[in-house]
Amino acid sequence: MNAGMILTSLVDGLLIGVVYGIAAMGLNLIWGVMRVINLAHGALISLGMFGVYLLFSGLGLNPYLSLVLVALLGLLMGVLIYVIAIQRVINAPYLSTLLATFAINMIIIGLGTAAFTTTPRDIGFSLGNVELGPLTLQGTRLVAALVTLTVTAILYTFLYRTRTGKYIRAVSNNRAAAELMGIPSARILALSFGIGTMLAAIAGGLIATFFSFTILSGDLYQQKSFIIGVLGGLGNPLGALVGGLILGVLEGVLPLTMPNTWVPVIEFVLFIVILLVKPSGLLGGKK
Amino acid sequence: MKQWLHPGFWLTLLIVLALGLAPVFTRNAGLRETGFTILLAISMAVSLNIIMGYTGYVSFGHVVFYGLGGYTGMYLIDTWGAPLPLAVLGGGATSALLAFGLGKAILRLRGAYFALATIGVNEAVRTFVANFKPFGGPTGIELQFSVYKQYGGAADALWLTYYGVIAISVFAVIFSYYIKTSKFGLGLMSIREDEDAAEVMGVITPDAKTMAFVFSAFLPGMLGVLFFFKNGNVEPADAFRLGFSIESLVMIMLGGQGTLLGPVIGALGYQRLRGLLLTSDAMIGSLPLKDFQLVIAGLLMLVIILFIPAGLVGWLRQKFAFLRRILV
Amino acid sequence: MSMLLQVQGVTKRFGGLQALTQVTFDLPKGQIFGLIGPNGAGKTTLFNTINGVYHPEEGRILFQGKDVTQMHPYHLAKMGMARTHQIVRPLNELTVRENVMVGACFGHENQSLGKAAKIADETLDFVKISGRSDQLAGSLNVAQKKRLEMARALAAHPRLLLLDEVLAGLNPSEIDGMIQMVLDIRAQGITIIMIEHLMKAVMNVSDRILVLDYGEQIAEGSPSEIANHPKVIEAYLGDPKLAEKLMEED
Repeated sequence: MNAGMILTSLVDGLLIGVVYGIAAMGLNLIWGVMRVINLAHGALISLGMFGVYLLFSGLGLNPYLSLVLVALLGLLMGVLIYVIAIQRVINAPYLSTLLATFAINMIIIGLGTAAFTTTPRDIGFSLGNVELGPLTLQGTRLVAALVTLTVTAILYTFLYRTRTGKYIRAVSNNRAAAELMGIPSARILALSFGIGTMLAAIAGGLIATFFSFTILSGDLYQQKSFIIGVLGGLGNPLGALVGGLILGVLEGVLPLTMPNTWVPVIEFVLFIVILLVKPSGLLGGKK
Repeated sequence: MKQWLHPGFWLTLLIVLALGLAPVFTRNAGLRETGFTILLAISMAVSLNIIMGYTGYVSFGHVVFYGLGGYTGMYLIDTWGAPLPLAVLGGGATSALLAFGLGKAILRLRGAYFALATIGVNEAVRTFVANFKPFGGPTGIELQFSVYKQYGGAADALWLTYYGVIAISVFAVIFSYYIKTSKFGLGLMSIREDEDAAEVMGVITPDAKTMAFVFSAFLPGMLGVLFFFKNGNVEPADAFRLGFSIESLVMIMLGGQGTLLGPVIGALGYQRLRGLLLTSDAMIGSLPLKDFQLVIAGLLMLVIILFIPAGLVGWLRQKFAFLRRILV
Repeated sequence: MSMLLQVQGVTKRFGGLQALTQVTFDLPKGQIFGLIGPNGAGKTTLFNTINGVYHPEEGRILFQGKDVTQMHPYHLAKMGMARTHQIVRPLNELTVRENVMVGACFGHENQSLGKAAKIADETLDFVKISGRSDQLAGSLNVAQKKRLEMARALAAHPRLLLLDEVLAGLNPSEIDGMIQMVLDIRAQGITIIMIEHLMKAVMNVSDRILVLDYGEQIAEGSPSEIANHPKVIEAYLGDPKLAEKLMEED
């Protein structure tokens, strides 16, 4: 094992971690704004994968152009899911929203399996490799990380610089007070769920450019999103990016020191420990 | 003692007994397999209801007790040649022990945080077992065919596991009812309604919750051993399938959480529906209906959650006052 | 005289906020002890500290001579302390009788279910909502829920009862009924600390009164001492409505 290998693992881990981060960001945004743990998140990531795959291999559309379309569709789909499945139970005990989102998950996975089977798909798209000194990086991963950072920057600007973004943060802070001040919380909640779903779809679309996948693959990334969410602080969308980086580094570096199969054990134990000790996340300040 | 005269208890027990004994009297192996699946589901739902329905702590990790118990039992049989009943008890005890250790820690978390932690625990144990050499790592444990000889061959062993699952589901119903009508159960329900108020009234909540978790975990631990013994092998992915946990939640929701009859009816209904869909020849367009099993289950679940959150038994009790004396 | 409760130099902070500063008092058996002060004075915080919901940063609390400073609410309940909440906390999906049984089963006397049911019926009779025993607690109105809170606490047969604004939100005839009930409870030998905003009521029923202001204990004494205490009048002048009520007493 030489320094170049370690460095490559590390940077590779960082690049993928950033993409995981955007998936977790969607989960975190939804939790933060409406206290819903979205168990359909993985299925929506899968849909993002298939969206880019179908547009690319079916219509020959460039994957990154496809991603824009997929993001828009994701937004619409999220709003639709909110209106159909969440709105009615948003104030019910949390089990209701957990199970409502899981029902959506079953429906998507069921339809997806019927339509696409569970044979692995590969998008078959490459941007070649990029050589940076001792580093060799896959082009698609590099672009994916850049896209993620751009999306994060846009999300940040949206949340902190626009009126609607401020509404979202207000509803997230205290929905009752926000409603008293005349903020249309029903619409804000639907939009937030839409944005969360959009982020899941983008993450799925990006992952599809460098990993093979099935309709069930999203589940794995949903679990990673949970871990990242807890690392970065549940409800903190931007913390998710940092959480993603931490997970990416762990996944890049840990396999150099132990068998690959032990990595998820460490991750889940870490997840439980952080939940117990500091549920606001490693970066979170207050509870 | 007068609670044992309640018609709701006997109704529930009779349903389980009738379901369980039908294949025994007909000696029909096909019915027995269906019966096994249904009784397994009933016992899972009834046991999960102790922590979820009575205590108000929603666990997504109920399957971890099933999986770990199953593995422990299989290990005892395979490596130590333990007889099945001992292995079953060993599986139950191991799961109860895990619940005891975990309970003190994760039952401090409330609401969705607890639910998330239970998912984490299941995944942590699953990935750990996949690395754990004595449990066979990723390939798990496969029983030698000769193991079944001491039970009179494979066919008799299948009947034996079936008697086992009948016994466990009958025990589950009696035990669940006993808890529901006991002082301990009253404490659990006060925790479900308002944990802080319960503490102020003197309910020692950390102990009560942990005991509820342990009781809830013991049954799936035993069931896992029966199932995987019957199956002949156990692998991490089968033993710790998160979907099985969630199916148990759905069954409870269908029937009505916190009731005795609810999880039984919910499990029966869910499994019947699943069976019907899986064996149906109907087509939707060019695809067989059975491909849509998951979609239909998802839709059904969504409708229940959105429109009948109290579940069938809960809804009946709310709607018809006289049923409150018959259904528990 | 033996002291049921001794609060010694209790200080409680939340982050930078000083909620209680060096609160000290002794409570002999059989008294009604009034706890008054403007909103946000720390009265409910003091209750939460006495019954173990919070643990103080400084000071000690002795209950029946035993140091209970670090104990949890359930320990204190078992030792004979019961309380009501300012904002009622009924166990909605349980019946009224079951609510009261929780107090009898798990509180001071640790009764069996059967005995608890009997105690519950007697207690519900005493608070005059026995007609509602089989109803779900969630279906009661506010005045009934207040009585339920009271019944739950009483069913434990406590030694010390902490009452947090049991009169708030009641109409005048309900208030008279509740005050009579408090006096009856004391007549059974139960010591009471009551937080109350209705000055007239507090002044009439209390043997002694403690006044809190911004977490500080500004006065302690008999009702007439308190009514004429310059610091108390000063504290209440910030709240003209309450000052007015205080004056009504003379």
